[in-house]
Amino acid sequence: MREITFAEALGEAMLEEMERDPTIFTYGEDIAKQGGIFGQYKSLLGKFKDRVIDTPISEEVIYGSALGAALVGMRPVVEFHFADFIFTGITSIVNQIMKFKHMTGGQGKIRVVLRGPDGVAKSAAAQHSESIETIFMHIPGIFVVIPSTPYDMKGLLKTALRCDDPVIIFEHKMLYKIKGPVPEEEYFIPFGKADIKREGKDVTVVATSRMVHESLKAAEELEKEGIDVEVIDLRTLVPWDKECVINSVKKTHHLVIAHETWKRAGWGAEVAATVQEMAFDYLDAPIIRVGAKNVHIAFSPPLQDYIVPDYKSVIDAVRRVLNV
Amino acid sequence: MSDYSKEFLQSLYRTMVRIRVFELKAEELFLQGKLPGFIHLYIGEEAIATGAMANLRKDDYITSTHRGHGHMIAKGASMDRMMAELYGKKTGYCKGKGGSMHIADVSIGVLGANGEVGGGLPIAVGAAMGLKMQKKDSVVISFFGDGASNRGSFHESLNWASVYNLPVIFICENNQFASTARFKETTSVENISDRAVAYSMKGITIDGNNVLEVYETVKEAVYRARNGGGPTLIEAKTYRIKGHFVGDPMLYRDQKEVEEFWKKEPIGRFENYLFENGFMNNQEKESIWQEANKEVETAVKFAEESEYPEPKEALEDLFENDTGYDYF
Ligand SMILES: Cc1ncc(C[n+]2csc(CCOP(=O)(O)OP(=O)(O)O)c2C)c(N)n1
Repeated sequence: MREITFAEALGEAMLEEMERDPTIFTYGEDIAKQGGIFGQYKSLLGKFKDRVIDTPISEEVIYGSALGAALVGMRPVVEFHFADFIFTGITSIVNQIMKFKHMTGGQGKIRVVLRGPDGVAKSAAAQHSESIETIFMHIPGIFVVIPSTPYDMKGLLKTALRCDDPVIIFEHKMLYKIKGPVPEEEYFIPFGKADIKREGKDVTVVATSRMVHESLKAAEELEKEGIDVEVIDLRTLVPWDKECVINSVKKTHHLVIAHETWKRAGWGAEVAATVQEMAFDYLDAPIIRVGAKNVHIAFSPPLQDYIVPDYKSVIDAVRRVLNV
Repeated sequence: MSDYSKEFLQSLYRTMVRIRVFELKAEELFLQGKLPGFIHLYIGEEAIATGAMANLRKDDYITSTHRGHGHMIAKGASMDRMMAELYGKKTGYCKGKGGSMHIADVSIGVLGANGEVGGGLPIAVGAAMGLKMQKKDSVVISFFGDGASNRGSFHESLNWASVYNLPVIFICENNQFASTARFKETTSVENISDRAVAYSMKGITIDGNNVLEVYETVKEAVYRARNGGGPTLIEAKTYRIKGHFVGDPMLYRDQKEVEEFWKKEPIGRFENYLFENGFMNNQEKESIWQEANKEVETAVKFAEESEYPEPKEALEDLFENDTGYDYF
């Protein structure tokens, strides 16, 4: 199968769906003339002149206008530039987009896709490094997508672009350039369906985004020691695939959860609590969570590396959970 | 002024009366403890919604505020379903999930009242953008208060509407108060319409208690918006006769001031105009009030006889397609 980058897969999904559906349009900062600061929209450069728009730096309106546009029959795809800046317009997302349907008793089709870069990049420092996906898992009203491979990116975005509800997609900055197999034929990946990225029988590692890759790397290392790790990529946090995780735990009896966002009250806490509620008897050891230390992401490389987890953190957690 | 037909003028009067009667009833019901939550009354400001909406078609849109009953009624919302919503009944506009501050009827172009001050402006701008992209000639009116004009969403929305030349009319209902805060003590300009300069759009301050002045001003703005002329900021000066919400002790103002403004309230004022110019007689006036009262009584009956939602209905309506979504 041909291999393309994560950014290219994203662009392909946008291109295909925009050609199909004239109500799709996309806007944000630095996307029309630049194709996105990570090249994520390169495929759209010069195409759909009136449907790919550079906007003022007005986050409250970027998000709030998406709701208005959706309510009159459009399908806006909004780029949030950097996940950190979502906070400058968070009210339009949480108080308007995410609440509108429920609070009006089911009115409107809120076909809004919010997407953009998140996660720790090399020395991007505190205001350009946040992984804030957990917040949207906590508050009801939006589907939360967090892909780790080009294949998943394309399939999940295609699903988002046909969804009649709000969707937010977190694309890790360090993943835009990675390559992977993506078929030429059309396909879709449903929300709420985790992917077992590596089968194993000794321990389950549940991860998302960049930490899926770190976990796979950890699994390779551990294999040399005869430890067989199963790596589950949740792919979507709302909804998340409880069944897949529980079934895996029933098989391996050990669970490690690995995410890049802060460990304290990160989404791993939700997964751990749920597994504890639903499959306590199958666990041979306490669940271990891997996450960033509860401090802002620092600039200096040794500081950043100390704060943010990587494959070594996963290896360490697996050893601890197996008591080896 | 004689260009107006008697029917048209009476229809403006009727709309104002219907709003007034609905709200007096809501106030009464709230004080009787029949309505949960909060009620923010529009009493004294009816001329703005009425005069503005008289220019709109069904396929035009509005965004409203926490003080939105008047906008809803003027845009054609049903009193039955509004009242049922105030009661928290299943038959209400939001099936009891929204209440007074969240009434919406997308099918008649009401893109929601809003519990967040200033929350409607970005939505209006987006609707206008969507309509323009679809090459429709519909327009959007966004209502908001003087307090909202101090929020970022106001400034971002005006800039945005101007940059993209959108068919949107911003109507600031300057009722002199933001909750307990006086306009003059919290706002940097004498007239909110002065701020239009900063966004290169036309700004105009009018007497918001004169329904015909509102009608004419909005008419021009709607014409401009419909024909590609872009946004307008209209500031309608008015006065909030009632408290911020029903039950507000109003320690921040003198009752004398309120009495002064009762003399300038829009319905009595317009009534004088209609009488003096022979557009309405006493009998017609009586029947307009009677009809409105009857409509409200029917709405109350409808609301009272309606069922409360089943508790588990709280889990409905979060998503259009909630397959696989886990509510717990
Ligand atoms: C963002 C936000 N801040 C504060 C409030 C609380 N609040 C509700 S109404 C109000 C005053 C609003 O004043 P204005 O915009 O002038 O509208 P008015 O009530 O006078 O119609 C305040 C402060 C709110 N609902 N939303």
